[in-house]
Amino acid sequence: MEAVAAIDPFIFRFTIFVLAIFVGYYVVWSVTPALHTPLMAVTNAISSVIIVGALIAAGPEGASLSKILGFVAVMLASVNIFGGFAVTQRMLQMFKKRQAK
Amino acid sequence: MSANLSALLYLVASVCFILALKGLSSPTSSRRGNLIGIGGMALAIAVTLLDPGVLSYEWILAGIVLGGGIGVVTALRIQMTAMPQFVAAFHSLVGTAAVLVAAAALYAPEAYGIGTVGAIKTASRIEMSLGIVIGAITFSGSVVAFTKLQGLVSGAPVVFPGQHLLNLVIGLAIIGFGAWFVAEEGREAFWLMTALALLVGVLIIIPIGGADMPVVISMLNSYSGWAAAGIGFTLENQLLIITGALVGASGAILSYIMCKGMNRSFISVILGGFGAEASAGPADAGERTVKQGSAEDAAFIMSNARKVIIVPGYGMAVAQAQHAMREMAGLLKKEGIEVKYAIHPVAGRMPGHMNVLLAEANVPYDEVFEFEEINSEFAGADVAFVIGANDVVNPIAKSDSSSPIYGMPILDAENAKTVLIVKRSLASGYAGIDNPLFYKAGTMMLFGDAKKMVEDIVKAL
Repeated sequence: MEAVAAIDPFIFRFTIFVLAIFVGYYVVWSVTPALHTPLMAVTNAISSVIIVGALIAAGPEGASLSKILGFVAVMLASVNIFGGFAVTQRMLQMFKKRQAK
Repeated sequence: MSANLSALLYLVASVCFILALKGLSSPTSSRRGNLIGIGGMALAIAVTLLDPGVLSYEWILAGIVLGGGIGVVTALRIQMTAMPQFVAAFHSLVGTAAVLVAAAALYAPEAYGIGTVGAIKTASRIEMSLGIVIGAITFSGSVVAFTKLQGLVSGAPVVFPGQHLLNLVIGLAIIGFGAWFVAEEGREAFWLMTALALLVGVLIIIPIGGADMPVVISMLNSYSGWAAAGIGFTLENQLLIITGALVGASGAILSYIMCKGMNRSFISVILGGFGAEASAGPADAGERTVKQGSAEDAAFIMSNARKVIIVPGYGMAVAQAQHAMREMAGLLKKEGIEVKYAIHPVAGRMPGHMNVLLAEANVPYDEVFEFEEINSEFAGADVAFVIGANDVVNPIAKSDSSSPIYGMPILDAENAKTVLIVKRSLASGYAGIDNPLFYKAGTMMLFGDAKKMVEDIVKAL
């Protein structure tokens, strides 16, 4: 019997990518327009998940150029992660309903 | 930790991020959503720290403490009016991080399992090129957007002959260097490509005028997502791919909503130049007269109304009049008068900006209505109280096809029995267009500083 040709892993990742765009599309349309600024702040925070790539670069023993690049990237992404989530929470705390009389 | 287990935990983190966005469908669920998002991020970082390749923690800890500290302090101090600049600055950091990670992968590909120096997999080289180019454009574009929003440079569009041709040539050169890099993995090609991408980021943002800034911020938001996804492909990390796709889609939708709010096509925003014709428009203002009123007049009219709709614009926020305005609304409500707020999609400097500014002034969110929800109600309102807004209530957008804002959806404040307009002077708005609403019979202009005027109205009530 002929062996089934293996699918390139890139195709799997591309599939995930396209499906995630669709998930994002439908989820973001359900966001109320009143919260579009917090949406932007929180997407900013989560896109800094790029820190996972930076951690790998900053992780090895010793010192190297890639480790320095990784360190700076960890720092910048951390500014974004902490700052992004904090400012989102701060904004969301402001949204209150009418006080019951 | 095995690769399979990490991949599954990354999946959990991805789901957390989706739930964080989903939470924003209502203010009540949003705070919990944000906490879920934080949880997802903590999980992603923890999983990565347990990766067998991560052996030393000193630098990482230092980076997180230093960066996190800066981030939290900035986030707690930033003024809500300055949120657009804040977001632009943060987008630039995502772009920079993407460039740095791609460079780290170039210099130490073994760490990511994508080959060895000089022998990085071809697919990874392509993905790396895409990631670094989008990252670099995000970085330099956001820096330009930041300087414009912060007022460090003029918000006026910078246009010069041959601009689009220049962009095209640089674009082709980037593709050329990209192809060279993919073929030979040369570092010169890599950095030349990056330098040109940085230049493109500057060139595509400078021609865009101040009025289009809400689109630019949304667009850069989208780019930062695509940059993250590009790096995700390079590093073969599905969490980054998923998150990048979510953020990219989100920014694209916001760009679309902003374009629609101004009736501008995305292409024409990108090509730029809008807002340059600031002194254009008909100059037959001589014959028309405006009815001018005082704070007492305004207080009298509103206290005799049954329904008042407030139309706030960015000018109100600049004058810091939102707290006085909320106080005024409170006094009117005590008299049994119905008060609502009408928000135009481009009322602030970024999507949803006005809602945040009102929320900060303790305006309950269930009194604040979006364009579609409230626009038909103006006909039944006794007073439309327009404060610091101009173009978004300009009827010329419906009638004059030669106007730059023709076709832009506007709030029908003109349909209210009386229109009160708080404004510094008769000067035209952000888009530089005369507003016939000022000269209508049922309109009363309240000239003066928005904050002072509203405070005087509060005293008179």
